Amino acid sequence: MKDVILQLDSVSKTFDGKKVLDNLNLEIGRNEFITLLGPSGCGKSTTLRIIGGFVKPDSGRVLFEGKDITDLSPDKRNINTVFQKYSLFPHMNVAENIAFGLKLKKKSSQYIKDKIKYALKLVNMDGYEERKPDSLSGGQQQRVAIARAIVNEPDVLLLDEPLGALDLKLRHGMQRELIKIKKEVGITFIYVTHDQEEALTMSDRIVVMNKGIIQQMGTSKSIYDEPQNAFVADFIGDSNIIDGVMKADRLVEIQGAAIPCVDEGFGRDELVDVVIRPEDLVITREDQGYLKGMVVSIIFKGAYYEIKVRVGQYDWVIQSVNPAQIGSMVGLTILPDNIQIMHKPHSEDAQVEKRD
Amino acid sequence: MVEKLKNWLSRFYIGIILLFMYAPILVLIVLSFNQSRSRVVWGGFTLSWYKSLFSNAQIMDALWTTLVLAFLSAFIATIIGVMGALGIHAMRRKNYQVMMMFTDIPLLNADIVTGIALMLWFVRFLPLGFTSVVVAHITFNIPYVILSVMPRIQQMNVSLYEAARDLGANAVYGFFRVVLPQLASGILSGFFMAFTMSMDDFVITYFTKGAGVNTLSTMIYAQIRRGIKPELYALSTIIFAFVFIILILVNYWPGASGKGKRAEKDY
Repeated sequence: MKDVILQLDSVSKTFDGKKVLDNLNLEIGRNEFITLLGPSGCGKSTTLRIIGGFVKPDSGRVLFEGKDITDLSPDKRNINTVFQKYSLFPHMNVAENIAFGLKLKKKSSQYIKDKIKYALKLVNMDGYEERKPDSLSGGQQQRVAIARAIVNEPDVLLLDEPLGALDLKLRHGMQRELIKIKKEVGITFIYVTHDQEEALTMSDRIVVMNKGIIQQMGTSKSIYDEPQNAFVADFIGDSNIIDGVMKADRLVEIQGAAIPCVDEGFGRDELVDVVIRPEDLVITREDQGYLKGMVVSIIFKGAYYEIKVRVGQYDWVIQSVNPAQIGSMVGLTILPDNIQIMHKPHSEDAQVEKRD
Repeated sequence: MVEKLKNWLSRFYIGIILLFMYAPILVLIVLSFNQSRSRVVWGGFTLSWYKSLFSNAQIMDALWTTLVLAFLSAFIATIIGVMGALGIHAMRRKNYQVMMMFTDIPLLNADIVTGIALMLWFVRFLPLGFTSVVVAHITFNIPYVILSVMPRIQQMNVSLYEAARDLGANAVYGFFRVVLPQLASGILSGFFMAFTMSMDDFVITYFTKGAGVNTLSTMIYAQIRRGIKPELYALSTIIFAFVFIILILVNYWPGASGKGKRAEKDY
């Protein structure tokens, strides 16, 4: 049985007549690193703000350790937030920023001093006590913001795209550090991002959201390997998504070719979405693949080549360590394991837009 | 060669502008130290006009009234203006624009219109006197405060207040400890602007004051018929110096200048 620390119970929220969250249910386990992932406007930030107490849901409840905290203001919740734009108080130095919450809790000055020292060490910023926020770089400000939140020893830490403003290299470094900090302080992290790579790297569990609805929940691996609908497949990583027809159990027809797969239980001749990851497609000689097509482009990406092969009207994206000749005819083959079959969405709500 | 000429011309142009703007004030300052009563003859240096200025009960009375009025109206207008600016900022876009337009109208409106309108209003509801002048000054000061505070509010990161609440501050503490310090320089310059506007005003004061109440401007106006006494040069010099100092304070206030520079860096 999972130890649930926080629960959202059929939460809905409408802004200006637009439904942002639609009957959202979510359980978050103690000490979990959970990531809400989705494109902008999917409701992930609103979910976080409801948990933090900055937004009141129109209906539904927020339960903390089983107690209803829906109407509790942010200062009454033992939850702290690391905001997207750092939000350090510019008129206070680093130490005063970190002490802000502790002073409100009437902690002794010795305790506060020790805590500041500990927190700055934790985020690798020792010695910066006297600096003003605007003299720090973006990455440093974000570290201080994290320190300021965790000194209060919250039960849950909310992080709203905290690395969004940092450059790529810094972001990777901070991802590793966040995981380290999480291990050290041992509190529940609820992380919001639109960056799928960030989500896959850090999370115990990912909640993929779109249009105010949870599309899929699961570990990084299960979300990447077994997307449940075309939206998730498209949003997480690169993928080829194409129409198919189930001919029988473990046999799907794509572009006229019958290809063995491992999925069962679909109706005979049912229309399905087929997802194939670019790295799973293998280029063969023209007469050896399931599909036949012409190489239309090839881009060197460092670790691999991204090759596009046109079969009929569709350009397949393939990642391969070997280059191919533009204009040449090739075959495409794939292992049954690497084909992911999904039901076509049947309701309007589940019909999710494709990103471009 | 042409460059040199251009350079010289632009300097000459600036020089002319500054001369037209400041030469009259310079003359006034010089005359305030002139022993001769004449406006064209230099009769030697003296401080006697300053001496007789400070012993003139009528002038001192008007000065005191002016300062109290300016402080009181600027102070109250600042409180109302800051609250108003925060409220307007929180409005939706359309209401915001409408409210800001209403805020601009009193600024652009001719003083005479405001003065007469307020007088008519007061005649019906409030006896003309010191109180009515204070109310009138508060009225025309509020827009100045709103206009100088609003940019600060817009620059402020809204999540600062949320961060304060998040860390355990209640609404009042969060406002005074986090929001207000961000707006301090805007509030301060709004206050000083309102203060000088109040000190400056003649038309509205003239229409809304009752008998017996005199600010410097209305008193000087009343005295013009008997000719301007050199004491008033001295007084004007002091007021100019005072305003000049305020201006320097507002522009070089440590918080204000630091924030200005930072804002530039952001763009």
